[in-house]
Amino acid sequence: MDVVRRNNVTVTGNPDGPVVVLAHGFGCDQNMWRLTVPALAPDHRVVLFDYVGSGRAEPSAFSEERYASLDGYAQDVVEVCQALDLRDAVFVGHSVSAMIGVLAADAAPERIGALVMVAPSPRYIDDDAYRGGFTASDIDELLESLESNYLGWSAAMAPVIMGNADRPELGEELENSFCATDPEMARVFARTTFLSDSRDDLKKVRVPTLVLECNDDVIAPREVGAFVHDAIAGSTLVTLEATGHCPHLSAPAATNAAITEFLAALR
Amino acid sequence: MMCGIGRQHEPQDAGGTTSDAVFAALLEDSAEELYEFAPCGYLSTLMDGTIAKINHTLLDWLGLERDAVVGRLRFTDLLTVGGKLYHETHFAPLLRMRGEINGIALEVKQADGGRIPVLVSSVVKHGSTGEPLLIRTTLFDARDRRAYEEELLRGRKVAEEARKRADADRTRLQEALAVLQQSLLPDSLPTVPGMEAAAHYHTASPDRLGGDFYDVFPVDGKRFVFFLGDVCGKGPEAAALTSLTRYTLRAAALHDPDPVAALTTLNKVLHERYTDSGDPRYCTAVFGTLEPDPATGHVAVHLASGGHPPALVLRADGTAGYLPTPGGLLVGVLPDARFATAATTLAHGDTLLLYTDGLTEARIGEDRTSLYGDDGLLAFATGRADRHPRAVIQALTGLLDGFGDGLDDDTALLALGVPARSTISSATRNH
Repeated sequence: MDVVRRNNVTVTGNPDGPVVVLAHGFGCDQNMWRLTVPALAPDHRVVLFDYVGSGRAEPSAFSEERYASLDGYAQDVVEVCQALDLRDAVFVGHSVSAMIGVLAADAAPERIGALVMVAPSPRYIDDDAYRGGFTASDIDELLESLESNYLGWSAAMAPVIMGNADRPELGEELENSFCATDPEMARVFARTTFLSDSRDDLKKVRVPTLVLECNDDVIAPREVGAFVHDAIAGSTLVTLEATGHCPHLSAPAATNAAITEFLAALR
Repeated sequence: MMCGIGRQHEPQDAGGTTSDAVFAALLEDSAEELYEFAPCGYLSTLMDGTIAKINHTLLDWLGLERDAVVGRLRFTDLLTVGGKLYHETHFAPLLRMRGEINGIALEVKQADGGRIPVLVSSVVKHGSTGEPLLIRTTLFDARDRRAYEEELLRGRKVAEEARKRADADRTRLQEALAVLQQSLLPDSLPTVPGMEAAAHYHTASPDRLGGDFYDVFPVDGKRFVFFLGDVCGKGPEAAALTSLTRYTLRAAALHDPDPVAALTTLNKVLHERYTDSGDPRYCTAVFGTLEPDPATGHVAVHLASGGHPPALVLRADGTAGYLPTPGGLLVGVLPDARFATAATTLAHGDTLLLYTDGLTEARIGEDRTSLYGDDGLLAFATGRADRHPRAVIQALTGLLDGFGDGLDDDTALLALGVPARSTISSATRNH
């Protein structure tokens, strides 16, 4: 299948600029980057996509087997890079996508020349001395509630997916595409994300890396940001004055400034 | 409510004491009291989620004091861990992007460890320059709704399990049927020295159990036996009769391959088995022997028929003709049946075709009212250039396919031929 169509690839920005790939995390799609794109577009060629199973990627391309591991998602990234013949792209990954970027950079080093990890976590579950922020039973609770309560899940997302009749200015198509995820595919992504352990993969990173963390993030606490920074030799850690797990939405100016500064230093 | 408010604009109607009382009750319900004791939870937070204002109803649900909440907790602190993750990955990003979000199902934790399922809606309040100032959130008690959903979910799971069981049962049944079906027909036709054989079988029954049968097998050093027939009915009952018929004929043939003797044995067996059962069942069958002459390569055919359509012989010269077996009785109906016999010799290039009436009784024509018939088959066979058994069966299979829904009965075809001299195959040399 055509990868560009499969992953709903969007290319925007300055066609002559260095390439930046923006990769969404679990829970939404490329719309998450709507406040980031304007800051990068003047000087960069910006590539956006949806992982298979998310957003408006081709649902028929989904395979529970392939996407049961982060390698399956990393394969999406590599294939998108190949389809556009990207070289030395800067990969900006949010949340679990930060780790997917690490795997993709390892699999196709010629494609990815630098990493920006936004609110990364290589392991969500506490493990001996490591503090991921969640216990195994916490994650089980999430997965159980996703798996056993898929009716509630889809009911919760239904108002979003159905669109909002009293705000037609948002455009029905755009509205419909927001985080509209098949519950079964979302369940697989959730399981893959929250049960993954990519701590050992951090050591493989050989490219310039920026780690962006929020000073108050339930999903990726500061200890985890420090862990990622320590594990990747030569990485830069920036702590944003932001609450929550999505600084590119809650503190876009600070996030964009940190990213553009990193990009400028790469040149 | 709307009626009561409407009456404010009609003070001249104040003579009625009922509307006065309604109006007074409304006045008593101040905005502040409405906020605090509304039948839903109200919450205002800073953009970072810090709770700035919370109503009495929600504090009551949570079992918390106001002082322990305002300025101290964030909205996510009220949620279960699963809810927090959902909030961070779905709720918060959507709220940021859209400025509002409606009807999200979450659970809040109570001080005593309990949980209350709630439906949460939030809207962002913006300042005069458009900057987001705070988030207003409403929580509705969704315990009843969640219980209903859980019932639906349970029902759906039960249905899914039932479906899975049914699928497994169906698979097992299909496997069992396939094994039974295989027992009704030979896996493949044996190599008959000096001859070629081909067969085709079409089942009309969706479970693929048919009421037609055929077989070819050796009986002694020099002869082969063949038979083909049609039991009454379709589906599993017919298949049971088919099985009995096939194995009776096989056993009878080994005991005495004489065609009349074999059909007589079958007649006795079926008659005894079914006559007293109150469900009389019978079949039609052609049974015959093939005896090659090693000197000429010709094959002598002796056959007997019990109520079965006549065999057709396709000669090497392009002619075709039926081998009449008139007067043979249905097998299994009467205690003593009479069977008609016939004999012929197959020379090089000749083929003997046996078939069941699914073929000749296929309905044809625009309105499917006329039958294909004996004449149709004879015309189809006459003049066919390639009279090799496989070619004949292939041509007839194409004909059957062409009948479409005009073919509504099981159909068996068996062609036995002596290859033309120029194409005598290795089978002869192996002999």
